[in-house]
Order: sequence, then C-alpha cells, then structure tokens
Amino acid sequence: MFKEIKALIDKEIRLELRQKYALNGMILYIVSTVYVCYLSFRLKANQIDKITWNTLFWIILLFTAMNAIAKSFTQERFGRLLYYYTLASPVGIILSKIVYNTLLMLVLALIGFGVYAIIMGNPVEDIGLYLLSIVLGALGFASTLTMVAGIASKAENSSTLMAILSFPIIIPMLIMLLKISKNALDGLDRSSSLDEILTLLAIDAIVLVLSVILFPFLWRS
Amino acid sequence: MKKNWYKILAVVLLTYVIIWGFLGHIPHQPVLHETARNLYFHVPMWFGMFAVLSVSVWNSIQYLRTSHMLHDTKSSEYANTGILFGIVGILTGSIWARYTWGAWWTNDVKLNGAAIGLLIYFAYIILRGSFNDEQQRARISAIYNIFAVALLIPLLIILPRVTDSLHPGNGGNPGFKPMDSEHTMRIVFYPACIGWICLGFWITNLRLRLKNLEQIHQENN
Repeated sequence: MFKEIKALIDKEIRLELRQKYALNGMILYIVSTVYVCYLSFRLKANQIDKITWNTLFWIILLFTAMNAIAKSFTQERFGRLLYYYTLASPVGIILSKIVYNTLLMLVLALIGFGVYAIIMGNPVEDIGLYLLSIVLGALGFASTLTMVAGIASKAENSSTLMAILSFPIIIPMLIMLLKISKNALDGLDRSSSLDEILTLLAIDAIVLVLSVILFPFLWRS
Repeated sequence: MKKNWYKILAVVLLTYVIIWGFLGHIPHQPVLHETARNLYFHVPMWFGMFAVLSVSVWNSIQYLRTSHMLHDTKSSEYANTGILFGIVGILTGSIWARYTWGAWWTNDVKLNGAAIGLLIYFAYIILRGSFNDEQQRARISAIYNIFAVALLIPLLIILPRVTDSLHPGNGGNPGFKPMDSEHTMRIVFYPACIGWICLGFWITNLRLRLKNLEQIHQENN
C-alpha cells in the first residue's frame, strides 16, 4: 500500500518535472497575480490595512490552488487513466494525488508568500505561526480541491464547475485559516490559536476520510 | 388512505396555522409587534428544508450502495424541494429583518449558513445538468451531495463562534419561549412545523410522480 502510494507520487513528480512549463506557469501565475494586486492598490509600503493584506493573500492562494489542482485529473489522457485503473487501487491513487498536490501547494504558497511579503510589505509579527497556517492551508486546500477536481473532471465544463463546486465547501477552512493567520499577524500568544488549529485538523481529517470512502465510486465511472 | 395520511395532515394543520396564525392572540413585544406572526412561516421553512435535505443525502448514500436509479431521482427531487424551502425561508426572513433589524440582509451566522447551503445546492443542480449519461450523473452528483453536506456540518459549528447572531436564542438573545408565557404561540408554532414538513414531502411526492409519468410517456414514443 505505502509502496504503491510512493510509486504513484514518484510518477506525479516526474511527470511534473518533465513538462516544466506547467510548474513554471503556475509560479508565474501567482507572481503576476500578486503584482496585479500591488498595482491595483497602488501601494506605498505598509499603507494597506492588516486585515486587507491578510485576506488578499488568502484569496490569491485560493485561486492559485484552484488553478493548480484543477488539472490534476485532466492533464493525463483517458487511455492512461484506464491503464492506472488496472494497475493501482483507487485509495492509493487518491492518497498519492492528495500528497502530491499538498507538496505542490506548499511550493507555490511559500514562493507566493515570499514575493507577496517583498512587494506588499510584511506586517507579520509571528512568522512561525504564519508559516504554520500556510502549511495547514496547503494541506487543507489540496485535500478538498483534489476530490472536487476529480468530480469536476468527469463533467464537460469542468473549469467553471471546479469553482462553483469548491467555493461553498471550502469556506469553513478559509474562515479558520484567516483566523489563525490574523492571530499570527497580530503576534498574539500561540495558545490562543490552538483551538482553530485543532478545528482545521479535524476538518482535514473529515475530508481525508470522505475522499478515501467516496473516491472508489468516482474512479469506477 | 394509508399512504395519504401526511397530505391530509398537511392540509388540516396548515389551514389551522394560516387561520389561527393571523387571528390568534400573540403576546405584545416591543420591536416585533405583529411581525412575530412570521414565526409560523419563516422558522418552519428551515425545519422543512433540513428534513427534505436529510432525505436527499440519505438517498444519495443509498444510491452509491445499490445503484438503483430510483434513489437518484429521489435525491435530486428532495434537493429541489429543499432549495424551494430555502429560498422561501430567505425571502420571509429578509422581509422580517427589514422591519425588525432595519436591513434586508445582515452579516448574521444563520444568514451566512443559509446562503452557503443554498450555494452548495445550486452547484449540485448545475453539476447534474452537465452530464448526458444518466448513470454517471447519478453517481457523481451523489458523491458531491455527500461530500458537500459533510463539510457543511463543521461550518455550522464554526460559524457561530466567528460572529454573534441577531437571531433569538443566540448571542444572549432569548428565544421565543420565555416571552410566550401563555402558550398562545406554541400551540400554533409546533403544528406549523409539522404541517410545513408534510407539505414538503407532498410536493416532492408530486414531482416524483410527474417524473415517473414523463418517463413512461417517453418510453411509449
């Protein structure tokens, strides 16, 4: 089982590195979005509200995640998917996709955070906690959106569907992430964010369990 | 007769609710005045919505277990009725809010929850519309139904902690029970809940029969 997942993750990474333009494209996507925001606000450093700064960052991340993960089921051809179907178990496939998308999101989010902090100014007081919220966010976005991408990829107009299916169900996660990162921004004591972190982990657990239960049905079609 | 008891119950109870709801005595309240009568129409909408949506999710689970098309039709029709109740609930609530809180829409826990719930089910309808193959539509929309509702539950737990509610019974506001010391509202409110729920099931039943007839008609041509 673990061997299977590891092999599948390996395959995903190799596939990604083989067509570098996709990865580079996503990095360029997040960087240029940050720059568009910067120019739209016409910022001089630190003139933006802390809350706006934080919310804007998470919305940029959300859209990047959606674009990056939407292709996780559509980039491979139908025949190759059939081939995996004969080789691997559906649980292995969904878990490997989730792990891989988490890694991808981590890379994108950290690059995004770096660029964002340089261009828009960095008012964060507790960097450690903020990075933790980014890690949790990457995990949460990746696991929810992977399942939604699987659902949307079966339909015809999958890019629109991806957005409308995922926005309402990602809100609980987004609210918790905004609270944690807001606490980090204000440099509050870390114990005050513990509650939110636990809730977020619980939501992640629900998503993971549901994906493992439901994906076999999705895979069969 | 055995099958129709709930329809009779709906007619009897709702006739009583409409007549006695408008004519009956209600305790005098400072802000609410006569708008308190909306309690018999606005609040039962949410009970009705929860009842039919639970049946919808239950049918989705049953569909995944058995693959009978009947469960899929049921789950979609119950979801449609749930959306109808949700829209009527939001409209009656919006009018009520205008005359008591002074705005059509407020940033309130329950309003946000209702709006997100409706967004999920609109997305569900659009997802259903984007498949041509019946089996695939049934399976994938069932998966989304279960996935979305499981993520809606943590949201309904999280939201109250983010903002206070203006609704009675939340955020330090008393519910209607202590004001209703003479039980004059209770004797209308409880029958109203049962009556509207029965009406919800009746509407769905009619829609299901219509669907069935359409199918027979199609097969004969």
